[in-house]
Amino acid sequence: MSLKYKPIDLEKEALEDLRGFIDKLLSRPSLGSSGLTGTWRLYKPSIKIDKCIKCGICWLYCPDDVIRWVPKEYPSIDYNYCKGCGICSNVCPVKAIDLIIEGE
Amino acid sequence: MIRKALIGSHAIAMAVKLANVEVISAYPITPQTIIVEKIADMIERGELKAEYIRVESEHSALAVVYGASAGGSRVFTATSSHGLLYMYEMLWWVANSRLPVVMAVVTRSIGPPWNIHTDHQDVLSVRDSGWIIGFAENVQEVLDMTLQAYKISEDRRVLLPSIIALDGFILSHTSEPVVIPEPSEVNEWLPPRKPLPFKVEAGKFFAVGNLGPDDVTMELRWYIWRAMERAKYTINEVSLDYAKRFNTGSPAGLLETYRTTDAKYIAISMGSWSGDIKEAIDILRDEGYSVGLIRLRYIRPFPLEELRDIVSSAKALIVFDRAVSMGHQGILGMEVVSATNSKIPVKNIIAGLGGVDVSHHDFSNIIRGFIEEYESGLSIEWSIPEWYMPWMIKESEER
Repeated sequence: MSLKYKPIDLEKEALEDLRGFIDKLLSRPSLGSSGLTGTWRLYKPSIKIDKCIKCGICWLYCPDDVIRWVPKEYPSIDYNYCKGCGICSNVCPVKAIDLIIEGE
Repeated sequence: MIRKALIGSHAIAMAVKLANVEVISAYPITPQTIIVEKIADMIERGELKAEYIRVESEHSALAVVYGASAGGSRVFTATSSHGLLYMYEMLWWVANSRLPVVMAVVTRSIGPPWNIHTDHQDVLSVRDSGWIIGFAENVQEVLDMTLQAYKISEDRRVLLPSIIALDGFILSHTSEPVVIPEPSEVNEWLPPRKPLPFKVEAGKFFAVGNLGPDDVTMELRWYIWRAMERAKYTINEVSLDYAKRFNTGSPAGLLETYRTTDAKYIAISMGSWSGDIKEAIDILRDEGYSVGLIRLRYIRPFPLEELRDIVSSAKALIVFDRAVSMGHQGILGMEVVSATNSKIPVKNIIAGLGGVDVSHHDFSNIIRGFIEEYESGLSIEWSIPEWYMPWMIKESEER
């Protein structure tokens, strides 16, 4: 790529551009395609296993799909991508998820 | 091939029918309304098999055709003035996504005061958005340019949306004899659209224009810039091919020249009043003045190379503007000054705003006055545009 542009081979350059354009404009869903969003977190949700009833409500409500849960198992949180919004803590029917200030 | 008397609005609708457009969405606004009325009529009669989606605003109209175009359909919309301003945000979505949408803009003044007559302020407000913008001079060209727009926009070397601008009422509501190409020949020339640059469909998972790093934005702009440069070649190629095949009489290329060979003074204009300027050129040629006219058929991409080449031996240029950039100059005037690198003096006349009628007498008076002023050796203030006000028109008529 040079800084000035004067088309020489229209077909060839168009094809190169089209490939580059599609590659940059379109994005496909994948884990971490926007980087480690867990670094945005101010409050960290922490699951108290002794209170948890394994209902999966937190898994259902998590807007970023970072809570892992299978029926009859305890949930776990992927802190690489959890932004700490606190929705899981809010919806937990038995108050088993506390929000603690990040770093404490 | 048949000849038929058509108003500009019906010529657009005819082109939409010939191009087998699949999805149309629009919101009515004077003077665009007749276009979409006619298309609705064609669909109702079964002459055009297309989806007509009614919406509550122009913003939604362009959003609908954006979605339909992303889904691989050939689409059309049309608007004017305030409607165009209302869809402004979506214009950039379409261009930055490189979707080959075709839109007719029936030029109309922007209020206040409320005014339904033509000037070029509305369409030139989207000049920098990445749309190809063509200006028609007559009804024949309205039809031809609309058909060509599909071929140009959908060309994989281009993939940019197109606007066809036609002067409100002067072209949109005026009947002229028009040569209509044979549908079977058009089908052969303009096959169904290939779903480029991408196709949104069920079962395929991707996002268009998601949040991305800053360098991605700049790189995408660079691709659009390159596509616009290639569009110059494509417009030439497509319009020449069209002229050869259908022989409708419209000129080909990014600009049209009129008696510019050996002309010492060249006028520059866009749109329907170029016909009046041609008449003024004839009058002045008969009087012995060495004048010609360049009419830009496209302002985006700008015909930089051609314009420079044609004006290189001229003494001075006079640009007629129907739109103004407040705080600077007429918009076409600015474009021409930048294209000539200030090597040739450019006189900028602002006239005909809000549909004020400027006749061939006015044009010949202005051009004659300018040449006499220039040749008398008086110093001319080139950088300030001159306003040709309505009371000057009255004075020239009384004389």
